[in-house]
Amino acid sequence: MEEEELVQKKMMFVMRKAPHGTIYSYEGLEVVLITAAYDQDISMAFIDDGVFVLKNDQDTTGIGIKGFMKTYFALEDYEVEKLYACNESLAERGLKKEDLIDVNIQFMNRSEIAKLMEEQEVLFPF
Amino acid sequence: MKLAVLILDGPYNHQAPDSAYNFIQAALKKGHEIIGVFFYDDGVINSTKLMEPPQDDRHIGKRWSELGKSGIDLVICIAAAKRRGIADDVLIENARISGLGQLVDMAVAADRLVTFGD
Amino acid sequence: MLFTVNKSPFTTNNLSSCLEFAGDKDPILLYEDAVLGAQQGSKIESTLKTAMQKNPIYALKEDLDARGIKNIIAGIQVITYDGFVDLVEKHKVNPWL
Repeated sequence: MEEEELVQKKMMFVMRKAPHGTIYSYEGLEVVLITAAYDQDISMAFIDDGVFVLKNDQDTTGIGIKGFMKTYFALEDYEVEKLYACNESLAERGLKKEDLIDVNIQFMNRSEIAKLMEEQEVLFPF
Repeated sequence: MKLAVLILDGPYNHQAPDSAYNFIQAALKKGHEIIGVFFYDDGVINSTKLMEPPQDDRHIGKRWSELGKSGIDLVICIAAAKRRGIADDVLIENARISGLGQLVDMAVAADRLVTFGD
Repeated sequence: MLFTVNKSPFTTNNLSSCLEFAGDKDPILLYEDAVLGAQQGSKIESTLKTAMQKNPIYALKEDLDARGIKNIIAGIQVITYDGFVDLVEKHKVNPWL
């Protein structure tokens, strides 16, 4: 029997919320992983407070909340390779490239990310 | 058009489930097909049958249940549900608990995904 | 694409951030608490008037009525949930929650 091929859509996860104060960035990541398992064309845009999701040196032991940074290091294994960080959002928050985890991140201006958003078929907010 | 709706926040605390419900009603009136409503994050709390709001306020759980009875697929994410103590024994009628894969299916099958949350 | 903004522009940067990403003619819908931004005479009125040169801005009537907002910034288009559906028919949704 022929296997039905699932249609592939361009899906972008727009990560705008800070980590840990709310669960959106954590549970949003779970959606990324499942979407990757379904072979969708995935990208992640880190905008506004969402740039802090990629901050290095996160240690959540003191607040007793499970961190998720290990998963970001494994994203390549899931073939999630398009991570975009917003330059203006970083600068507004006092962050530089060196402050982020050492994974493959493309640094882009708002206008470039906006253009990428135009190309998407589905946009998930987390 | 085929519309899918994603709800990320719980009843009463946030307006999101109300906005979603009102949007769905308007879409149905215009003849659109709601291929599914997926409840994620605190959105899963919309599905507890234990809700007991004051009599003169809307009953969000019952409202969803009636929508489900009309044939719309209401899917409660199992991972988010477990986290928040939502299980089959407290679930409203006409909703079902299932995996995140259902959200992907909906997003792929729909012409539009509309998300409501905080 | 349609940007749907639901938080108050006086307590969050959602609306201002959205305006930085909206492309030419992308519609922006203010609903839930974001409709506070439609009130005339606020500190953001001029920002919105400038934004409207590039992007049509809509405010959801049902949310305006709920909050007693009647004096709407000139140029903001008041629509009902029917209009919300119309916008979704025409544009994919970028939920700027």
